[in-house]
Amino acid sequence: MKYVEEFRRQDLARQLARAIHGAVDPGRQYNLMEFCGGHTHAIFRYGVQDLMPSNVRFVHGPGCPVCVLPIGRIDNAIQLAQRPEVILCTYGDLLRVPASGRKSLMKIKAAGADVRMVYSTQDALKVARENPCRQVVFFAIGFETTTPPTAVAIKQAQAQGLDNFSVFCNHVLTPAAIQNILQSPDVREMGAVSIDGFFGPSHVSSVIGSRPYEYFAEEFERPVVIAGFEPLDVMQSALMLIRQLNDGRHEVENEYTRVVSRDGNVKAQALVADVMELRRSFEWRGLGMVPYSALQIKKPYARFDAERRFDIPVVAASDVKGCECPSILRGVKRPTDCKLFGTVCTPDNPMGSCMVSSEGACAAYWSYGRFRQGGQVQASVA
Amino acid sequence: MSKRFPVRLNTRDGTVDMSHGSGGRAMAQLIEEIFVRHFDNDLLRQANDQAMFEVAAGRMVMSVDAHVISPLFFPGGDIGSLSVHGTINDVAMSGARPLYLSAAFVLEEGFPLADLDRIAASMAKAAAAAGVPIVTGDTKVVERGKGDGVFITTTGVGVVPRGIEISGDLARPDDAILVNGSIGDHGVAIMSRRENLEFETTIESDSAALHGLVAAMVEAVPGIHCLRDPTRGGLATTLNELAQQSGVGMQLREADIPIKPAVAAACELLGLDPLYVANEGKLICICPQADAQRLLGVMQAHPLGQEAVIIGAVVEDRQGFVQMETGFGGSRVVDWLAGEQLPRIC
Repeated sequence: MKYVEEFRRQDLARQLARAIHGAVDPGRQYNLMEFCGGHTHAIFRYGVQDLMPSNVRFVHGPGCPVCVLPIGRIDNAIQLAQRPEVILCTYGDLLRVPASGRKSLMKIKAAGADVRMVYSTQDALKVARENPCRQVVFFAIGFETTTPPTAVAIKQAQAQGLDNFSVFCNHVLTPAAIQNILQSPDVREMGAVSIDGFFGPSHVSSVIGSRPYEYFAEEFERPVVIAGFEPLDVMQSALMLIRQLNDGRHEVENEYTRVVSRDGNVKAQALVADVMELRRSFEWRGLGMVPYSALQIKKPYARFDAERRFDIPVVAASDVKGCECPSILRGVKRPTDCKLFGTVCTPDNPMGSCMVSSEGACAAYWSYGRFRQGGQVQASVA
Repeated sequence: MSKRFPVRLNTRDGTVDMSHGSGGRAMAQLIEEIFVRHFDNDLLRQANDQAMFEVAAGRMVMSVDAHVISPLFFPGGDIGSLSVHGTINDVAMSGARPLYLSAAFVLEEGFPLADLDRIAASMAKAAAAAGVPIVTGDTKVVERGKGDGVFITTTGVGVVPRGIEISGDLARPDDAILVNGSIGDHGVAIMSRRENLEFETTIESDSAALHGLVAAMVEAVPGIHCLRDPTRGGLATTLNELAQQSGVGMQLREADIPIKPAVAAACELLGLDPLYVANEGKLICICPQADAQRLLGVMQAHPLGQEAVIIGAVVEDRQGFVQMETGFGGSRVVDWLAGEQLPRIC
């Protein structure tokens, strides 16, 4: 597979591993947070940790859109889907996320609600065209990467006069979340976790560019390296972060130059700015209320806003007791620190959102890690 | 046959209706003009509610498989050929020689008779090619909206040759793990025809009857420990089943697992892991290390095993982990499939 296999080559991985082992200062610890679930997934799927020195730790961040969605918003979606006139379209990962009262979209689907899995907003528009007598709601989630397609769908619905289409908008913003983590008492004052540097998101950055990270690299004195999602990207970026830390630098560097520029995708940004605006505040699972961290649909497009059309209430719902998703999402705890991990909470029966999506830290630990019954099984490192 | 039914069944643009399942003349005509016409064999022509045949001495195996695939027709096969191959393979994975099949059809009111005719023809062709006749059957019709076109359940019986002991609980540490070719072809071929997911690919389903290959394998190496076809849940899930059943671990080498570039690319695009994608013409074989090379040669000499490879070994591990050395040089666990990757693939 061209343009993919080049970034998974074992010989290059070994070269990089040697360079990293040579670069690290054995006298210190390097805690590097990968913000994105995509990086978490790559680290586990390819066994990247096995190639790293023991004093380099990957701290898994909150960059999994399914994981950070608060339960109240899933409850909202379930209530929407239970209305007889509604067809709720959504990305597959969301179907299994546990909501209040042991419900999930998949369970209410089995009970008769019309919930459909789509691969893109275009599929949802198609469903709306094919079902003119039904209300088709697209349950939109995701970071800056999935926002432009939602904006496009709203504009298309307007152009096509698709009055039965609306969007339940849950799009969130990456820089606000990173800033929130760095400002949180856990990280700043209590010193419960030290995050020395960040792997910057890959696909998100292709849209927003590398510029938005410059502020907090400077303000919080933490290096950021925008990293691609392939395992060699992760290793190369780790080396770049380690070098910055050794030199006492805190710059924004871009490893993912084949896709990301400083200014990003200006056209996509303009499209989003046309259709959406900042919310004053939005709840993140794990982070709580984060100011100006999410988007809502602007007034001129209000008729495509499901929140206005269906008068969706704000629901406060709490996590399952004992679930450590909130701390895990901030990098304060590891999945194995959670009492539910691997006991009552597994990918087959997830209690918390981090166990649902393959990008969630718990699901990655469970599926690819060696953390079951009787503790850790020894890895056979190549 | 048309003597009994003055007007022939309209297999051009007719459809199934409730009378085709009522037990009356319409049902008799459907059976006669579609199923008996295509499946035609002496046992079926006995025209009883059961097929009667001589039983061989020794051990017999029996297996049943329900087929509910969507779409019904896909690159490289259809629900008909799949329902024949699937059950033959389940019988063959014991090392048995499959003898006979039965087929039960649940038809939805309004299903085109032309499609049913095409499916029956495909079953007949697959059964004839495999040398395993369909000797008895059943037809039911459900109201529109209560089925999805057609569901087919096939049962197979077979005879296990003397001296063959193949079972999922017999994998032993140090055994070799072999697979007869590239994985994930079937699942990707099905996905490429899903209505909300259509994409162009040259990949065809690998749907095939594997009993010929199995016969050659057990003849060469009667001491094979395990055979299993990695259908739903793919290679990963099947290896986990075997590991758990045998109380052993497995150590795979990702670089040795054959995956077609087009399958890898489609999986990359859709965010799937080919290790979990379904196969319908593949088998996993676990045998003593000492026999592995000879068995590999026998498999590679068979048309359905030309790309056979050794992908890893059984290791001691009471927790039953399937682990893999990644192509990248790291190591990871290969877990059971959680949830569903794809609905209705077989």
